[in-house]
Amino acid sequence: MNTFAAQFRKQSLRLTRDLRHRLLIQTALGKYETQRDQRKAAFQDWQSARQAAAEIKWDAINHLDTHLRDFVSRIEARGTVVHWASTAAQARDIILGIVRDSKARSIIKSKAMTAEEIHLNDALEKAGFEVVESDLGEFIVQLRHEPPYHIVFPAMHLTRGEISELFTRELGSAPTSSPEELTMIARRALRKKYLTADVGITGANFAIAETGMISITENEGNARLTAALPRVMISLLGIEKILPRLADLALFLPMLATAGAGQALTCYNSLYGGPRQPGESDGPEQFHVVLLDNRRTELLADAEQRDALHCIRCGACLNVCPIFRNVGGHTYGTTYSGPIGSVITPHLRGLQDWKHLSSASSLCGACTEACPVKIDLHHHLLQNRRNSVAQKPARLEKLAYKLFAFVINRPWLYALAKKFARVCQPLHSLVKGKRIDPAYGWTQSRDLPNLASRSFKEWWKDRK
Amino acid sequence: MSERDKILGRIREALTVPAPMPGHPPGPAQTAKLGHATSGVRQWLPAVGETFEDRLALFRANATELKAAFHLVADRDELGLRLRELSKAEGWARIATHGDELTLFARATLDLPFSGTDAPYDVQLLEKCDAGITACDALIAQTGSVLVTGRSAGGRALSVLPPHHVVIARREQLLPDLPAAFDLLKQKYAPDYPAFISFITGPSRTGDIERILVLGAHGPKKLTIFCL
Repeated sequence: MNTFAAQFRKQSLRLTRDLRHRLLIQTALGKYETQRDQRKAAFQDWQSARQAAAEIKWDAINHLDTHLRDFVSRIEARGTVVHWASTAAQARDIILGIVRDSKARSIIKSKAMTAEEIHLNDALEKAGFEVVESDLGEFIVQLRHEPPYHIVFPAMHLTRGEISELFTRELGSAPTSSPEELTMIARRALRKKYLTADVGITGANFAIAETGMISITENEGNARLTAALPRVMISLLGIEKILPRLADLALFLPMLATAGAGQALTCYNSLYGGPRQPGESDGPEQFHVVLLDNRRTELLADAEQRDALHCIRCGACLNVCPIFRNVGGHTYGTTYSGPIGSVITPHLRGLQDWKHLSSASSLCGACTEACPVKIDLHHHLLQNRRNSVAQKPARLEKLAYKLFAFVINRPWLYALAKKFARVCQPLHSLVKGKRIDPAYGWTQSRDLPNLASRSFKEWWKDRK
Repeated sequence: MSERDKILGRIREALTVPAPMPGHPPGPAQTAKLGHATSGVRQWLPAVGETFEDRLALFRANATELKAAFHLVADRDELGLRLRELSKAEGWARIATHGDELTLFARATLDLPFSGTDAPYDVQLLEKCDAGITACDALIAQTGSVLVTGRSAGGRALSVLPPHHVVIARREQLLPDLPAAFDLLKQKYAPDYPAFISFITGPSRTGDIERILVLGAHGPKKLTIFCL
C-alpha cells in the first residue's frame, strides 16, 4: 500500500467513528437535500435539462480547441491578457510574474479551486506577498492553515464554537455563538483588505466562447469586490470551463445553483469581458486570464472518461456520496474530493498513487444520478480499477483466485476444505476480532457468519 | 513552440478519438441531436406564468423569499416619498448614485451629500455611503433577479460596496425568465458588451457557518427594488 492509500485508510478509520463529525455533516447535508429537492421540483423538466446540459458540455469539450481559440481572441480584443500554462509550476510563475510587475504588496483572493490545485497561496506567501482569502469559508480554513473541506462549503466541518475560538485567537474578537456576528467580524476584517489590495485573484465557473467572457458564481459578493476594487485582476481557470454560447448560461446558472446549494439562482452571477474600458469609471486597469492545462489534456485523451471534463464543480456528487459523508473531505488528501475527485485525481496525479480512491466506493451510483451534467461517475470508478490492474497486476489477489479455482474445480478437495473449516470454526471464536485473527481485516468491524452444520449436498444425499 | 500551441496541439491530438455523447449508446456521436440541447431551455426551467400580472406576482414572491424588499410605486411622487421614508428610517447621511434619469431624480429628492460613480471616484468615500442607488437593465420574474451592467448601473462597485443597494426599475423592464434576459443582453449590446454584467439575486448572503443563512457577507445587507 502506498503512503497516500495508507493515509486515506488511517483517516477514514478515525472519522467514520467520530460521531460529532458525522452529526455535523449529516445536519448540514440534510438541510442541503431538502432545499435542493424543492428547487429541482420547481423545474418543469429537470431530467431534460440535465440531458441538454450534458449535450452542451459535450459540444464544448469535444470541440475544445475551436471554442478556446474563439474565447481567447474575443476576450483579448477588449484588452485582456491571456496566458497559457501547461503545468501548475508554469501557472504559479505566470501569476508571480504579474504580481511582481504590478509592484503589488497585498493580494485579495476569491474562491478558486484551481488555485488550490496549483498551491498558489503557498507560492505567493513564500515570495513575500500577503494573500487573503475573502470567501468566508475559505477565510476560516486559511486561518486554520488547512485546505477547504468541500469544494463548495469549505468550512462545513466546523461548528460556530470552533470558528468563534479561531476568530478570538487570530483576530482578537470577542467570543460569540451567533453565526451572524461571526460573519460580521470577518466582513469588517476583510473590508480593510479590499480597500488596500493591489491585486485581486479569482477563479471562474464558465468561459463563454461566443462573447469572450468569464462567468463567476458566488453568494457573498467577495468575487465582485475582488473584480471591482484592486487595480490588477487575475482569473485562473481550467481549459475545460468553456461553454459555447452566452445563452447557455440560462440553463447552467440555475442548474449550478440548484445542484450546488439548493438555490434557484446563486446571489451573484457576474460576467467579466475585460479590464476597465474607455469611458468606464471603475474596474481593474489590467485583466489577466490564466488558462490551466495541468494534465487536463491527458484526461481529454481518454475518450471513455472524457465526460469527467464536463464537471461544473457543483459538489452535488460529494453531497450524496455515502463514502464522502462518512470519511469527510480532508481524508481524500486531494484538491477535488468525493466521487469526481476519485475519478479525476488518478488522471491528474497518477493512477497508481490514487487508485485506492476508486476502490473506496460502494458503486451505488448516487453520484451519477445527482450529477447535473450526467457524468457517468460510478462507471468511471470501475474503469479506473480495471486500468490500474491492467497497468500493474495485483499478484497476491491473482494467486488467491488461482488457489480458489484449483480447490473449487476438485469436488473432493472442496468437500475436504469445508469439513476442515467446520472443525476449525469453534477455534476461530477464540481469536475472532482480535489482532491475531487471520481474518482480522474483516472481523474487526464485521461478523463472520457460521458455516451451516450440513452442506446442501449432504442434506440432499440424506433425504428420505 | 509557445505554450498556447502546445496545449492546443495536445487538445487536437486528444480529440482525434471521438467520445460518446452522454445519454446515447456508445458509437459515433449524434451531433444532429445538439439542436435539442439549445432550443428548448425555456420549457424545462421553472414555469413563469402567462400574463404580466402573473410574472409580477412571481417576482414579488421570489424577492420576498430572498429577503429583498420589493415595492411597486404608482408614480415619481410616490417613489420620492418612499425613498425619503427609507432614508429617514435608516438615517442615511450620504448616498451614492450614477447618472441615470431615475437615479438623478432619487438624488434630487433625497437631497443628501452624494458620491457619483460616472467618472473615477474615491473608493474610501463610496465605502462610507449608506446606500448605493442604481438603475438596471431588467428584472427577472423566474428568479427574482436584477440584471445590471457596468453601463446601466454605474460601474462595478456601486451596487456591491455600500451596505444597502436600492434599485429603481421601470415596469416594462420586467422580463419573464433567464432566456429572455440573455436575449435582451444580445439585442441591447452585441457585439460591444459591457465589461461587467451581473445577475443580482437578493442581498449578499453566506451559509458557510453551519449552513445557517446570514445576510450581508461582503456585499449589501439589504436590497430594495422599486418598480415604477
